[in-house]
Amino acid sequence: MALTRRISGLLPPVSTASSSSSFLHRRAFSTDDTTTITVETSVPFTSHNCEPPSRSIDTTPKELMKFFTDMALMRRMEIAADSLYKSKLIRGFCHLYDGQEAVSIGMEAAITKKDCIITAYRDHCLFLGRGGTLLESFAELMGRQAGCSNGKGGSMHFYKKDACFFGGHGIVGAQVPLGCGLAFAQKYRKEDHVTFAMYGDGAANQGQLFEALNMAALWDLPAILVCENNHYGMGTAEWRAAKSPAYYKRGDYVPGLKVDGMDAFAVKQACKFAKEHVLKNGPIILEMDTYRYHGHSMSDPGSTYRTRDEISGVRQERDPIERIRKLILAHDLATEKELKDIEKQARKEVDEAIAQAKESPMPDEPELFTNVYRKGYGVESFGTDRKEVRAALP
Amino acid sequence: MSSIFQAVGAATSLSSSASFDTKKFQFSSSRSLLGKRASCVVVRCSGAKMDGGLNQIGGRADHLVTNAVATKADTPAASTASKPGHELLLFEALREGLEEEMERDARVCVMGEDVGHYGGSYKVTKGLAPKYGDLRVLDTPIAENSFTGMGIGAAMMGLRPIIEGMNMGFLLLAFNQISNNCGMLHYTSGGQFKIPVVIRGPGGVGRQLGAEHSQRLESYFQSIPGIQMVACSTPYNAKGLMKAAIRSDNPVILFEHVLLYNLKERIPDEEYVLNLEEAEMVRPGEHVTILTYSRMRYHVMQAAKTLVNKGYDPEVIDIRSLKPFDLHTIGNSIKKTHRVLIVEECMRTGGIGASLTAAITENFHDYLDAPIICLSSQDVPTPYAGTLEEWTVVQPPQIVAAVEQLCR
Repeated sequence: MALTRRISGLLPPVSTASSSSSFLHRRAFSTDDTTTITVETSVPFTSHNCEPPSRSIDTTPKELMKFFTDMALMRRMEIAADSLYKSKLIRGFCHLYDGQEAVSIGMEAAITKKDCIITAYRDHCLFLGRGGTLLESFAELMGRQAGCSNGKGGSMHFYKKDACFFGGHGIVGAQVPLGCGLAFAQKYRKEDHVTFAMYGDGAANQGQLFEALNMAALWDLPAILVCENNHYGMGTAEWRAAKSPAYYKRGDYVPGLKVDGMDAFAVKQACKFAKEHVLKNGPIILEMDTYRYHGHSMSDPGSTYRTRDEISGVRQERDPIERIRKLILAHDLATEKELKDIEKQARKEVDEAIAQAKESPMPDEPELFTNVYRKGYGVESFGTDRKEVRAALP
Repeated sequence: MSSIFQAVGAATSLSSSASFDTKKFQFSSSRSLLGKRASCVVVRCSGAKMDGGLNQIGGRADHLVTNAVATKADTPAASTASKPGHELLLFEALREGLEEEMERDARVCVMGEDVGHYGGSYKVTKGLAPKYGDLRVLDTPIAENSFTGMGIGAAMMGLRPIIEGMNMGFLLLAFNQISNNCGMLHYTSGGQFKIPVVIRGPGGVGRQLGAEHSQRLESYFQSIPGIQMVACSTPYNAKGLMKAAIRSDNPVILFEHVLLYNLKERIPDEEYVLNLEEAEMVRPGEHVTILTYSRMRYHVMQAAKTLVNKGYDPEVIDIRSLKPFDLHTIGNSIKKTHRVLIVEECMRTGGIGASLTAAITENFHDYLDAPIICLSSQDVPTPYAGTLEEWTVVQPPQIVAAVEQLCR
């Protein structure tokens, strides 16, 4: 549990890949890449049918700062989405991820952009983690052309093909067989990459999950099934929906690992371990013990099935951003004020992105008919004159 | 679920095919190399005896059989070896198309129940697993929802899977994957992902398989935006449509029929691919347009013989493309004949015929001299008893009666 002191001295600013690189030239805190800091996870890993990884994780100041900055941005984005929804700029369903940011951040730290991630509808922050921009997110949420799906997908359908982010799915559990398909293709092509198929504790009771798990285990597909257990499936607590809420054990013959999902480093360690495991031994289940502060979606107040004390209790004790903040302060990597500045900067960036997204126009009428089919072999004729169906809206 | 792939019943040659005037038979398409249309259906028609040279079996209590082995008996002079092309059965044609595409593109793979080691319950994938390996011809567990989802996920990553449903009815379990993920992903992702899957399998009524195994899912799937549906009916178009479906970048559902797998036909040796959205002109005519697909094509051709003897000249079009409809070919036909009869195996309620009726009425109302008649299966679960099963689907006498009513 040795905490190595960082070597004093000013180091030149290292611009991180995160969106907060714009202000790093104001050298204020350490973005050192070479010093190693060893961090211990809050709780040890619990495992099923496998050896758990070590509790000690090595990290660098740069990574710590990146975690903080990225998570602050994600948190800000979700809060902003909340107010946009309340002002009716975002319609329909809006499922917010605040409280669960550590899962996305930790996962991204352990994998590459060639590893695939597929998730359900709580996908805004995962999209951001995969390299999506704030503008694309907000524009898509508001249904504008600049959105990542041209405004035609909405909150539940964010995709980013070049970063291997496969969405964004509305039907609970349906993304897990898709995830196994991604893993199948990776195995077919003999790639050394893995797929993270994410689902929630509510979806863990879906039959197609077990079907997909059976197939993944049968053919040794490089699929990592990640259960983001925020303890409530919509409005139903996990103990009321599942006979066995030990989701990491549900795989039976498939090994599982229970991870503290509010600790970004635990997530990072688990994902790293899982990736190595899966490339050799076939699928594994990761259960991320996490929590969402908002309700299931914006139409759910989130307080009818749980107490406000519980929510504030978790926020005080287990908040992922606070944990990183404490670590940063403990290691003297930045001052309180600097961290507050980072959060202010995040707020500013989010506000700018929202303003820009608001300026983006709504999709035009012809967009209604584009991308229904893909042009290619065979798709040549529609309509009575062998011309593409053109419709003019009234 | 036993695998049923043997031809049931004896092959019966129709001496009536001689009455089929081949000289009148013009081939508008240069595609078919058949000298004469010799594939026929032997049907036990309950009740009325057919006049004209039709079913000579009479009185034999058999269930329905399809085969087209009549070629040999009818043309003893012509030796099969000297004609160009090669003869094969419909399931072999499907396999040939599949194999050619797998040879051509390494991304094409097959997944389904019993497709690998067993060779496919209708022998469509026989011999492929030893040749291409277990991963490329994948035996899945009985989990339609998830292996369809798996195929779609693999397609998102760039593979081109062919998902086989052992029976079309089982795909109901995968409806969510087909509707939401297969059909809609290209749209909701703003064009980022394409889903070039082919979902295929046998459906249809015949062989007394019972209600749950005799379903026609084309009507259930037709509303799903983003998919294409085709139905094959002859070995020639089976191979062509299979190849076209595999090459298409859109999800295509290829409907086969349990009773048609043993149809024999001579198909060209050289490679050919058919257009997914085109209809096939089976028999040009002047008096009435009969639109049909899959197995009902054979019932229609059976009825056509009677009609010809009665002096009618029906134009028979196998629509093949169930989504989208080939309204161009259909429209041209309607403009010529002004009368439409739709003969299908779907249920009446919400079936393909219902959609086609609506489409024709919307687009060609001015050209119609009579209301469209749509003959479909009864809106009942398919019964097991042979007689009842027959009455569920449209029989040739009904087709004849409908044409007579239309042309009054």
